[in-house]
Amino acid sequence: MKKVFCLLLTLCMVLALAACGGGNGGGDSAPADSGSSAPADTGSDAQEPADASGELITVGVINNDPNESGYRTANDAAMRATFTEENGYKATFYNNNDAAQQIATAQQMVQDEVDFLLLSPASTTGWDTVLQDAQAAGTQVILFDRMLEADESMYVAAVVSDMPAEGKTAVDWLAAQGLDEYNIIHIQGHMGSDAQLGRTGALDEKVAAEGNWNYVTQQTADWDEATARTITQSVIDSGKPFNVIYAENNGMARGAVAALDAAGITHGKDGDVIVMGFDSDKWAFEAVLEGSWNYMGLCNPLQADTVDGIIKDLAAGNAPAQKIIYTPEQGFDCDTLTQADVDTYGT
Amino acid sequence: MMTPVKNPETKLKQPGESLFKRLVRQQLFIPFAALALLVLFNLIADPSFFAVSIKENSLGNPVLSGNIISVLDNASELVILAIGMTLVTASSGGQDISVGATMAIAGSVILRMVCGGQVTADTLQMPLLLAVLIGIVVTALFGAFNGALVAYFKIQPMVATLIMFTAGRSIAAWINNNQLPIMNDISFKYAGTFLPGIPVPTPVFITAFVILLFWLALKFTTLGLYTQSVGINANSSRLNGLDPKLIKLLTYVILGVCVAVAGFIRVSRSGSINYSRIAENIEMDAILAVALGGNALSGGKFNIYGSILGAYVIQFLTTTLYKYEVPSTALPAYKAVVVILLVVLSAPVVREKLSSMKKAPVKAAKEVS
Repeated sequence: MKKVFCLLLTLCMVLALAACGGGNGGGDSAPADSGSSAPADTGSDAQEPADASGELITVGVINNDPNESGYRTANDAAMRATFTEENGYKATFYNNNDAAQQIATAQQMVQDEVDFLLLSPASTTGWDTVLQDAQAAGTQVILFDRMLEADESMYVAAVVSDMPAEGKTAVDWLAAQGLDEYNIIHIQGHMGSDAQLGRTGALDEKVAAEGNWNYVTQQTADWDEATARTITQSVIDSGKPFNVIYAENNGMARGAVAALDAAGITHGKDGDVIVMGFDSDKWAFEAVLEGSWNYMGLCNPLQADTVDGIIKDLAAGNAPAQKIIYTPEQGFDCDTLTQADVDTYGT
Repeated sequence: MMTPVKNPETKLKQPGESLFKRLVRQQLFIPFAALALLVLFNLIADPSFFAVSIKENSLGNPVLSGNIISVLDNASELVILAIGMTLVTASSGGQDISVGATMAIAGSVILRMVCGGQVTADTLQMPLLLAVLIGIVVTALFGAFNGALVAYFKIQPMVATLIMFTAGRSIAAWINNNQLPIMNDISFKYAGTFLPGIPVPTPVFITAFVILLFWLALKFTTLGLYTQSVGINANSSRLNGLDPKLIKLLTYVILGVCVAVAGFIRVSRSGSINYSRIAENIEMDAILAVALGGNALSGGKFNIYGSILGAYVIQFLTTTLYKYEVPSTALPAYKAVVVILLVVLSAPVVREKLSSMKKAPVKAAKEVS
């Protein structure tokens, strides 16, 4: 009797698991079959008005884990919404935060002879072999969201966020606040990622250059809210004075703010501590709007349309005018942000 | 020179042993020694580490603040997980590596319930207690799934739980349609922060309550005895009328309940969730806590208080490292060094050596010759 019950339970769980696989859109399972045979046997040409040739463009999309942050969720959703059969694509998606896994899958996609490889690399290095293989196989590489370290000739286009510029905009804004002394809690993202390097770089430079800019602490929270809270808490416990929190994404800024709230330290507009975050989450915009935070550096997650345009141009034989296209970005602070901005840019 | 000690308690009562030797052989010696070392280090380096002050939080309530409070507060999830992990380890001789992922599931379920499926909700859409109960049922079921694989299908625990380890975070995301829900109702955050008017963080109370529950269960039920006997020898337990499979399954279900409580604390700290980052690598810390507590990872006899102490030691270490601003990239390396030291020290061979070191040198010399 118990055995039967147990078996039932197990079956139920396995079914639940199977259902989940489907619900996730088969993220990393079941890669599409090889590109060469795909257009011939899809047989869905009828429902495909856009492309005159009637052939689907095969693309392999390598992205980070959509659950990593609100930014990534929006980014991944936009990619999946754009690269559909209705738009003339046969797309394979792969999401992982581990660069090694990304590289292995990219290699597989190149071997499957996809027409385009769209990359948002988890780390900036280690991609040389893949890029060379892709070039040899005639696969065109387009970077989105994040850069990697390689010669420009290795990819046809890059639609990226200008991370160093984002960092610089934020640091310039902070400098314009005219504090007598900047005692900064710097909470970094995943070490080695493009976003972390860009946003850290500008601040590091400024702190090294200015006498009245100091780090109270500089730690990585690996994009994790709970870790950011712990780091901030430990600074509060140590009793060291600080007046700026520079968190490299919104989730970590929220974690830091939770620690401030628990200790009764005022923050935001007219508060004792300046709170700065990055990315595009709607709730973070709202926090800035209501003056609980001071600044948010917008990092636009919606590159899918631009990438789509480039691919269509390339398919028509036109090379993109610029190799590196930066998505329009800016910083918002609690004095100038409007509800209209929140509605336009919030994700 | 000595026959291996099967049962430390009986050995303890032998006369003529030095106090030091008896201490070293105590199961709780290592976690206590580690804690004492950390405390001593902090006392010498900077006694202000132990300062506790009363502050007023942003809601105007008085709250205690200080490193010690941080340790007690932040260790909560780990302590609760370590308790469940100890039982699982004792009964099945293996560890559940999916606790971090199932914590994400628990958090996701609870948030989905209180947000009523919306992305952001300003008021609770469901009584909190009911939502937590649903979370507990869900993770208990996942625990039963793990337990069934281990007990009835005789799969190695690490392999069996690898399934949920891999799939858990995706399931958590799927539960909320890949949205990141946010709960703004202040009462949702009571469990993870402070109850109004009470200066001690709520997770400390929840943890104390869980520890009390397990203390009662181990004292007044046969749970501890049965778990141990199944872990020591499943066959002879069966011959004595126990059902080893059911007991293994039960320990995994209990761990599932612990996971839900830990997951609830974690999401109610901020009222939000990040599926791929929440409680990342916490399974490793939970297993480490069990090991630090002097429990054999191969199962059998266990001491739940050792694991609890082990969990606090880990959090104490983390907080100490943050306090001394160990560079973020070097943090894991420092932790690793300390862990290696502790684990080597707690190895039976080393402890045997330690206790015989204190013996009269004459006897030691005799043994060499």
